[in-house]
Amino acid sequence: MSRYFTEDHEWVDVDGDIGTVGISEYAQSQLGDIVFVDVPEEGKELTKGDEAAVVESVKAASDVYSPVSGTVIEGNPALADTPGLVNEEPESDGWFFKLTLSDPDELSGLMDEIAYAAFVEKL
Amino acid sequence: MSINASGWRPEAPISGGKASPTTTGNKALMLEEALIFEIGDTTTTGVDLVEPVAATSRLGDLARTASIGLPGLSEPETVRHYTRLSRQNYGIDLGFFPLGSCTMKHNPRLNEKMARLPGFADIHPLAPVQTVQGALEVIQQLAHWLVTLTGMDSVAMSPKAGAHGELCGVLAIRAALEARGEGHRKIILVPESAHGTNPATAAFAGYSVEDIPATADGRVDTEKLIARLGPDVAGVMITNPNTCGLFERDMRVISDAVHAAGGLVYCDGANFNAIVGRVRPGDLGIDAMHINLHKTFSTPHGGGGPGSGPVVFSKALSPFAPLPFVEKTDDGFHLVEEETAGEHHAGAFGRMVAFHGQMGMFTRALTYILSHGADGLRQVSEDAVLNANYILRSLDTTLDAPFGGSGPCMHEALFSDENLADGFSTIDVAKGLIDEGFHPMTMYFPLVVHGAMLIEPTETESKAALDQFIVALRSVAERAKAGDVSLKSAPHFAPRSRLDETLAARKPILVWKDPGLAQAAE
Amino acid sequence: MRYLPLTQIDRDAMLGVIGVATIDDLFVDVPEAARLDGPIHGLPMHASEMAVERHMSALSRKNLTAGDAPFFLGCGAYKHHVPASVDHLIQRGEFLTAYTPYQPEIAQGTLQMLFEFQTQVARLLGTDVANASMYDGSTACWEAIGMARRITKRGKAILSSGLHPHYVSVAKTMAKFTGDALETSAPTLGADTDIDALIAAIDKDTSCVVVQYPDILGRIADLKPLADACHANKALLIAVVTEPVALGAIKAPGEMDADIVVGEGQSLGVGLQFGGPYVGLFGCKEKYVRQMPGRLCGETLDADGRRGFVLTLSTREQHIRREKATSNICTNSGLCALAFSIHMTLLGEAGLRQLAAINHAGAVAAAERLSQVPGVELVTTSFFNEFTLKLPVEARPIVRTLADRGILAGVSLGRLYPGEDALANGLVVAVTETTTAEDVETLAAALQEVLA
Repeated sequence: MSRYFTEDHEWVDVDGDIGTVGISEYAQSQLGDIVFVDVPEEGKELTKGDEAAVVESVKAASDVYSPVSGTVIEGNPALADTPGLVNEEPESDGWFFKLTLSDPDELSGLMDEIAYAAFVEKL
Repeated sequence: MSINASGWRPEAPISGGKASPTTTGNKALMLEEALIFEIGDTTTTGVDLVEPVAATSRLGDLARTASIGLPGLSEPETVRHYTRLSRQNYGIDLGFFPLGSCTMKHNPRLNEKMARLPGFADIHPLAPVQTVQGALEVIQQLAHWLVTLTGMDSVAMSPKAGAHGELCGVLAIRAALEARGEGHRKIILVPESAHGTNPATAAFAGYSVEDIPATADGRVDTEKLIARLGPDVAGVMITNPNTCGLFERDMRVISDAVHAAGGLVYCDGANFNAIVGRVRPGDLGIDAMHINLHKTFSTPHGGGGPGSGPVVFSKALSPFAPLPFVEKTDDGFHLVEEETAGEHHAGAFGRMVAFHGQMGMFTRALTYILSHGADGLRQVSEDAVLNANYILRSLDTTLDAPFGGSGPCMHEALFSDENLADGFSTIDVAKGLIDEGFHPMTMYFPLVVHGAMLIEPTETESKAALDQFIVALRSVAERAKAGDVSLKSAPHFAPRSRLDETLAARKPILVWKDPGLAQAAE
Repeated sequence: MRYLPLTQIDRDAMLGVIGVATIDDLFVDVPEAARLDGPIHGLPMHASEMAVERHMSALSRKNLTAGDAPFFLGCGAYKHHVPASVDHLIQRGEFLTAYTPYQPEIAQGTLQMLFEFQTQVARLLGTDVANASMYDGSTACWEAIGMARRITKRGKAILSSGLHPHYVSVAKTMAKFTGDALETSAPTLGADTDIDALIAAIDKDTSCVVVQYPDILGRIADLKPLADACHANKALLIAVVTEPVALGAIKAPGEMDADIVVGEGQSLGVGLQFGGPYVGLFGCKEKYVRQMPGRLCGETLDADGRRGFVLTLSTREQHIRREKATSNICTNSGLCALAFSIHMTLLGEAGLRQLAAINHAGAVAAAERLSQVPGVELVTTSFFNEFTLKLPVEARPIVRTLADRGILAGVSLGRLYPGEDALANGLVVAVTETTTAEDVETLAAALQEVLA
């Protein structure tokens, strides 16, 4: 399984043709206490770069873009009651949604963990 | 039935909280107050009502039989409840309220008295027009003042508040463009320093919003704006004086360029107080501008409304102004509504509210305007600008003033959190000011300045009040620069310490629920 | 210039601190061509308090005050007695001259009041939650239609023919720009509401049905079958209440499963004021709260563990979401909400029910008396405090003639529906606790005379 990052601070783990999407540790630290997450419904068709989810802190609302194209198979049900998971475990239990990738070639345009770490360093 | 099941009464020490030095939780004049649901009762009433006349019910089978759960209090208890609540609020009447972009000026009580004259307060919006000639004349007189002060052609009086006025202006722009077959213009340019209502309004009116960056001196980047104009641009929404408290020097140039490119110019008039009587927006090429009567013309903010947002229009947009409006003919004042709009006002884009707008605010604003007159209103803007510059120059050695070098400000002074200690931000300064007895400035707006502190003193503050504020802000700022940790937990002397907004938003409790019933349900 | 504290000595000293010679130096950024060199010509100069009061009072006396005449107007604005303490309390400076409670530590008065208001409104409307108020009923109604579009992702709203025509006008104006499709029609002058027709009109594209209760002619009907029909098609039912006192007597729309209930709160605490400022009520089912427009106050704790209140869920609003906000609204109608809340607290449930009973009984008695006038027919059979009469002639000239005699007889349907000939003879009459038996007698006698 490999993990990829976008410049908008989403990550995607890919296992076969299934991708799991969330936001990075850096993103959650910038947002502050997250109070609400709106995840996409099962079956939603996403194109890379589409607004896929919304994450809200007390003072900010941010769109989460889909790092890859595909069909949503599941939104993280735990976030409805415990949006704070995104603060506590952004890159594991705080995942946003899973999707079936329609174009795995898109992954080549994303950063790996080392490249992303370097990217964040410069911000 | 009593609905007081929580047992939380004001005399009980507050549970879960910091130990109170008194048994009641009260501290002399600082009085705790329970909710009406905890002290009231559905069988108690504070009004005396007669018995209904004998009549057969015409309600069919719709009678409301289930308990509604509305507590009542006797009149003395009601007066005390709300008086106690009022004392937990800060208002202009209490002290300096320099909330930037909000124009918290003194609210004259003559305004209140006039609005309550029965001839204004107790007339029905659908009363036959021959019985409300005085009310229509008030609207017409105020309209005349607004049009004359702004140098515009007409005014729509009905919008209910500033944002509603913005919508009115943008809808008129769209109606005008569609009337000339240019409905394909779908983009509105908005400076990035704009108030959030501007992009929200443009989007609501069906436009795509494109941000225009600011220059280093805090103004719209004229070159970039002009470069973006074209056949797809419907218009621009510009705030002038802008949200950094600066006059847009290029306003006329921008207006001319927008017009030449076939677009129209909306001006957010939230900051009209800075220029009233000295500059007419009509002379700057503006096509539409809303006026917040609750800012420039002193109608009360009321803890968040009601506002009132009449919109003045240029000749180009006047035919598209919404219904209703007042017209004067030889036989008196008339109300132009749907039925009479037909021939003369075919372009009117419709109706924005059920009736004629905020009449109660019109009487207040007209009272204020007549009190000041043309000379007084000019003095208003001069004193407002003088007060703001006095604050700017008295504090620009203590705090970072990002645009302080570019010349005078208008009606508000803008600082950043640039030179505060690490870990300290604008909010800590603001909460420190609360302990000093002031309402804080506007925080974190405009977004173009890091940790913005926007201070608008208005013209109704004395020099002594400003001097006291300057001393206080200087002291709080020095503490924030020195990293005084006690600021992080300020305010210490307010009715409440910092409130947990995360808790409120994660598990919203928006209505009171009887804890007894909630427990039983579990 | 009694509102300006600065003296000339102050001004000179301040200019010195700023480092400029004259006030004009502070306006240097204004292009020369746009600077006015003195007070605008043709406008009067400043005036004393006494002079202004004289001017305004003279204007006010040109109006026929509702309290000075037999008065029967309704249709979205109602004359009720407002207890004296309401107006006293809302004029306390800490309420009157406060801003939106963005600094909650020093705005608990406004915030607690809003929390109480939200609870009162939710209970009155029969909804789970309510917001901190809207501009007025008509704008609340439109905002509800927009909310239904966001929830259902459908763009067609069906508006009942019994919805206030000005509310319909507002929705039509807005829909022109948002692209919502609205189905509308004028009411018929009969006893029955259009609920059956509404049920028949719902389809898979319908976002919502908007129904007024009591409707513009004063008619009331059970909304439950309509709610069921909406839900069967995954559409929402929006109920509009323009006379909140009615809900002290008749079932709340929320009890009949309406999804969103909006209303005009003017009847309680606010007064007629020639149409504004009023206060929009907005309640809905809990599951839709994040799609709700307007401000919301929520309960929380302070750093010392004490209960307190804050504005919450503000990420729905324009100052954060900007072009993605649920609405462009920035203010609510705070002071009117306070007046509503105080009046409601004074009444309590017992008082509200009694007030509603007085209104209803008075209206029934008046309807019976007025329908005895030769040629006059009572159209509405089930109603609360407002009913419709059918006159033998056009109602609008009759209303004007009666106004000349100092009687404010009601709202003619000709005024509300210009060009609708089938409605021209309709007269909507409202009766509240302020209407006396003598008022009714005066109207009946005058009506008989002018119709003869």
